[in-house]
Amino acid sequence: MQDVLLALLSKEPAHGYDLRARLTAALGPVGDTMNAGQVYVSLRRLEKAGLVEAHVVGQSDRPDRKVYDLTPAGRERVATWLTDASWERTAPAEFHLKLVAAAASGLADPVALVDAQRRELTRRLAEAQRAALTEPDGSRAALLLEGAVLRLGADLAWLDACETHWTRENS
Amino acid sequence: MEPVLRARGLRRHYGADAALVRAVDDVHLDVARGEAVGIVGPSGCGKSTLLHLLGGLDRPDGGEVLLGGRRLDTLSETAAARLRRGLVGFVFQAFHLMDELTARENVELPALLAGVPPRTARRRALGLLERVGLGDRAGHLPGELSGGQRQRVAVARALVNDPPLLLADEPTGNLDTAAATGVLRLFAELRAEGRTLVVVTHDPRIAGAADRVIAMRDGAFVDQTVLTGRV
Repeated sequence: MQDVLLALLSKEPAHGYDLRARLTAALGPVGDTMNAGQVYVSLRRLEKAGLVEAHVVGQSDRPDRKVYDLTPAGRERVATWLTDASWERTAPAEFHLKLVAAAASGLADPVALVDAQRRELTRRLAEAQRAALTEPDGSRAALLLEGAVLRLGADLAWLDACETHWTRENS
Repeated sequence: MEPVLRARGLRRHYGADAALVRAVDDVHLDVARGEAVGIVGPSGCGKSTLLHLLGGLDRPDGGEVLLGGRRLDTLSETAAARLRRGLVGFVFQAFHLMDELTARENVELPALLAGVPPRTARRRALGLLERVGLGDRAGHLPGELSGGQRQRVAVARALVNDPPLLLADEPTGNLDTAAATGVLRLFAELRAEGRTLVVVTHDPRIAGAADRVIAMRDGAFVDQTVLTGRV
């Protein structure tokens, strides 16, 4: 979240409300879980870290508000973030180990665990796909949802491979 | 309520002894009116064979299929074809459009074969092409349409006799991601309109247009995910 806010500020200074609106538009339904306070908390942390600076702007008819701008250190961090190729997601090693442990201990049938996991991922995929289909064609939010759908599809394909493997080991 | 489609102990085997392939192996299925069912599995799991059995395009080695309450598997070829024409619309992976007919002519053909007067058939065809977003392509030949557009013509054709059941075999299999999304969106809309759908596919995204998804392996149903309260 902090990096995204810095990147959004690299074009021009903005106030918290603006930043939140831009995030909501980019995320679509995926952003529904983001709460309004998160943006302001993050901005305060960035200010403390010296990555943004805030100027209070007076408004005649409404309370004063803070406009945030990047500091040189903030600008540097945006550049580093944009070129960083790290990828948060790894293979679901925990689930894999769960199957190994279930088989070793005999406490659960690995194939039954795979089936339960498939139902869960199928439900998530259905939800993401329905949300994607209700977004207008070509919208940024639809693109994000498409990513979620494709990743769940890949996970489901891996569960099929798990099922084949554990069915063979069971027999 | 009587299910639109019912299969009991359905079996279809090929070969014998060591080379025996259980393409469909003891499948039970009830599809209620207005329900959308996705049957998902890897290629070779028997899902296309199953769909052909359900639609009466192939005969089972055992078990029964009831369409609208009537046994389909025991009918003669002609009687099965007649029942099918009234009750089932098919959508295939390779579209199966007639290359020398325009989109409109392709869509109206099953209606003409069913004895619908030409003017009515034409009106229905044009309405359905409009419905699938191809109102402006009615006069085009299939060769002048993209894969996604051809599949949408095929869906319109499948609907022209207003069948109580729509069966689709890998409808997005020949399409790129964007075109597949268009076809999946169309299926989701048909589901929302209360159409009864059975779609066999390897594409898990069918879940977005289904009330339940059945996982199929080696000719058998291994698991089911219920997605909505409609089932």
